[in-house]
Amino acid sequence: MDIVVTVNGRKYQASIEPRLLLSDFLRDTIGLTGTHVGCEHGVCGACTILVNGDSVRSCLTLAVRADGMDIVTVEGLGTPDHLNALQTEFREKHGLQCGFCTPGMLMTAMDLLKKYPLASDEEIREGLSGNLCRCTGYQNIVAAIRSVVSLRNGSAS
Amino acid sequence: MKPAAFDYIAPNSLEAAVGAIAAANGDGKILAGGQSLMPLLNFRIARPSVIVDLMHIPDMSFIERRDDAVAIGALTRHADLEFSDLIAQELPVMAAAMPHVAHLAIRNKGTIGGSLSHADPAAELPMLAVFYGATIKVQGSSGRRDIPAEDFFVSALTNCLDPDEIVFEIDFPVLTSHAGWAFEEVARRFGDFALASIAVSLGILDSRIVDARVAVMGVADTPRRLREAEEALTGAQGGPKTAARFAEVVRACVSPESDIHVSAEYRKNLIGALAARAFTTAWTRAVGARP
Repeated sequence: MDIVVTVNGRKYQASIEPRLLLSDFLRDTIGLTGTHVGCEHGVCGACTILVNGDSVRSCLTLAVRADGMDIVTVEGLGTPDHLNALQTEFREKHGLQCGFCTPGMLMTAMDLLKKYPLASDEEIREGLSGNLCRCTGYQNIVAAIRSVVSLRNGSAS
Repeated sequence: MKPAAFDYIAPNSLEAAVGAIAAANGDGKILAGGQSLMPLLNFRIARPSVIVDLMHIPDMSFIERRDDAVAIGALTRHADLEFSDLIAQELPVMAAAMPHVAHLAIRNKGTIGGSLSHADPAAELPMLAVFYGATIKVQGSSGRRDIPAEDFFVSALTNCLDPDEIVFEIDFPVLTSHAGWAFEEVARRFGDFALASIAVSLGILDSRIVDARVAVMGVADTPRRLREAEEALTGAQGGPKTAARFAEVVRACVSPESDIHVSAEYRKNLIGALAARAFTTAWTRAVGARP
């Protein structure tokens, strides 16, 4: 089947099998390997991306369903020289170690920051409960997001 | 970890979708939000030869007040329910339960029709449908029919639908005379399936309970409304004694099973503790205080 998908502002046209997962379309068909694939059944959160602004698990979506949609992956957040605010705080607070879960953490946090006040660390932790990290113990990931919330609210972190 | 090959059909009308699933002769699967079906496809636990995708059918996603009920389209996403002002106002127990439904990225895709059809005994929306006494509207080859939520869930992961029937709308009656309510749930991790959960709603007149609604999940192979527990509350007043008696009745109503997570005994104690907590919160709300 033929699909046209906008990924990080660029249009991609491809002919694909209906069973192709969106995660594999991003990584293998168009070569954007920033989206990581962990469990492939929606539990680990590593493959989280934004579809029309909402966070979704790309491993639980058929690529054919993304036809005509607007997708943002971790490659669309910033560049190594110009990280976005969230990425900057992940670096400042050491919110990553091996980095495998990081793209999913970032994309999930982008949506959390948009939809919730994230007034408490508990709320941040609840929001991240669908993303597994086996290195950090989450402390510094929560700290990085807390920092973005504080900056957004105009107070120093 | 990748789906087996299937024929993909994405019709643009409910009638065409019913026709496509009927033509699949029992070897087809309906795809709504995909948040339960896709893991089954990825693991190849489900290997349907035909997938009928509902995403291109118009007018299947809506939340509307209709007389004494809120009508919800089957393709309405969990996140739409979570952030709806109408739901918060008219179906407060649903509003309280929605953040417990999986995680945001799942709520952004998962649909109410999909969750009900999947019929997980520890999922929030089936329990809410039973709690509110919702009517589930379905269409099949031989026409439409209305199914009361309590008749819809047959056993774990099994509903009463014929193979060619598709849920297109769910009507939730508003509990207009109820002033106090509560939703309590315990899961291993926030967003995981519930170990046990209870919803309580109370109508009060002259400081006495005149009408109670109680439903539980995670303690049987389907969500259950507990009429015995409702009757036990009728005529009662708030306070620790009523809460303890209510917890006792709720415990006596259920016989949960042990599983990989917890023992049957733990689950039974848990639902009692949640019942007492939920009753106290509901009563506090009903008499006009902040819980």
